[in-house]
Amino acid sequence: MYVELTKETGWVGAIDWNVRDFHGYETRRGSTYNAYLVQGEKSALIDTVKSRFADTLLANVGEVSDPDDIDYVVANHGEPDHSGALPEVLEATGATLITNEKALGTLEGYYDTSGWQVEFVGTGDTLDLGGSSLSFVQTPMVHWPDSMVTYCLETKILFSNDAFGQHLASSGRFDDETELPVVMDEAKTYYANIVMLYGRTIAKALEAVGDLEIEMIAPSHGIIWRSEIPTILGAYEDWVRCRPVAKVLVIYESMWRSTELMAREIVEGAMRDGVEVRLFDVTRAGRTALATEMLDAAAVAFGSPTLNMTMMPEIAGLLTYLKGLAPKHKAGLAFGSCGWAPAGQRELQERLEEMEIEVLREPLSAQWRPDNEVLGQCREAGRLLADYAENAAAEGHLCEP
Amino acid sequence: MQKWECTACAYVYDPEEGDPTQDIEAGTAFEDLPDDWVCPDCGVGKDLFEPVD
Ligand SMILES: [Fe+2]
Ligand SMILES: [Fe+2]
Ligand SMILES: [Zn+2]
Repeated sequence: MYVELTKETGWVGAIDWNVRDFHGYETRRGSTYNAYLVQGEKSALIDTVKSRFADTLLANVGEVSDPDDIDYVVANHGEPDHSGALPEVLEATGATLITNEKALGTLEGYYDTSGWQVEFVGTGDTLDLGGSSLSFVQTPMVHWPDSMVTYCLETKILFSNDAFGQHLASSGRFDDETELPVVMDEAKTYYANIVMLYGRTIAKALEAVGDLEIEMIAPSHGIIWRSEIPTILGAYEDWVRCRPVAKVLVIYESMWRSTELMAREIVEGAMRDGVEVRLFDVTRAGRTALATEMLDAAAVAFGSPTLNMTMMPEIAGLLTYLKGLAPKHKAGLAFGSCGWAPAGQRELQERLEEMEIEVLREPLSAQWRPDNEVLGQCREAGRLLADYAENAAAEGHLCEP
Repeated sequence: MQKWECTACAYVYDPEEGDPTQDIEAGTAFEDLPDDWVCPDCGVGKDLFEPVD
């Protein structure tokens, strides 16, 4: 389906209702791959879709234009969710590819680009379509080194590619056609799981687009922002500056429930007015949701028993994932039970240090079942976490982007 | 010697220290790093570095 943004601009992408795993990211509400058609005297397609949706894209374009009439295809980013259909689209349209040198490098790595006509653009360059003109801003590492955004000078639409996106399949294309809490939840999940580690470069990109007058933000995934632009820009400001929320997470894996009993006691100790506390068994919660929780939680406790002289595998996987996403300005502690060797807790503690999480105390350790003394320590540790979270949120100490 | 900062992650390349993770000896100027050298913290290339004091 072709969906009009303005009379010269339309959405021609694809809705992927059933995708539930996007390179390891649990896309519980599906996703969309957004491509846009801008028509002036000449026409440009901005980004494409995953390869298996190439036909959908061409059919959508076909509702308003002969594919032959497309003169340019802009590739803002070389990742296959946006470039997969590019070989087929260039073939079908005979269009010239507009991209930056880095992105061509990515594309050359994925596809046979011989025979492609390519024109390079960079920050400040403009492509005149006759009646509409597109300008470009390179935004490296939002999400890959090749990332770029496109801005239409006349309609003031920012085609932001991965920035401001959400993995969200919906029938409505706009923010005011879908429940806002759902959209914001998915925008947050997306930020945390895709770009959290690039906060600095996103802050720069925000600055670069801050000077633009913006009527709509049209990202490459999810809904298009037109009614809630200040809401999403405000949320991004908070996320890039790691604004802490008075929230304590207790995330654990357990064998015979001893570590779980400790986790529950930490939660008891942390609960108070004004502090949100959440308990997660890592084997059920899933790392996508946990990374999202980590984005704004001020304090976190990780628990694991010792299994074969190491921590348990699911919590280890989570920590590997989180280390890559590099959540900033957290405090935390490690806990867990063991039979005869407290290796799991010690390893957790090392991981916390590696992730530059401020360690609030030495690991809480129980042998076999936690006794009353250990449970008392767990409660006390819960209070420590809550104190930290309360203060961090009150002081609102933000990171320098 | 001139230090260079990664614009993506704020890692600072200090020529006095080099980069042992990629076998770069202490005393190697940023300009003399091989073209395939990447930021040891985030993996971006030399073109995303800027000089800092
Ligand atoms: Fe991407
Ligand atoms: Fe994407
Ligand atoms: Zn870096």
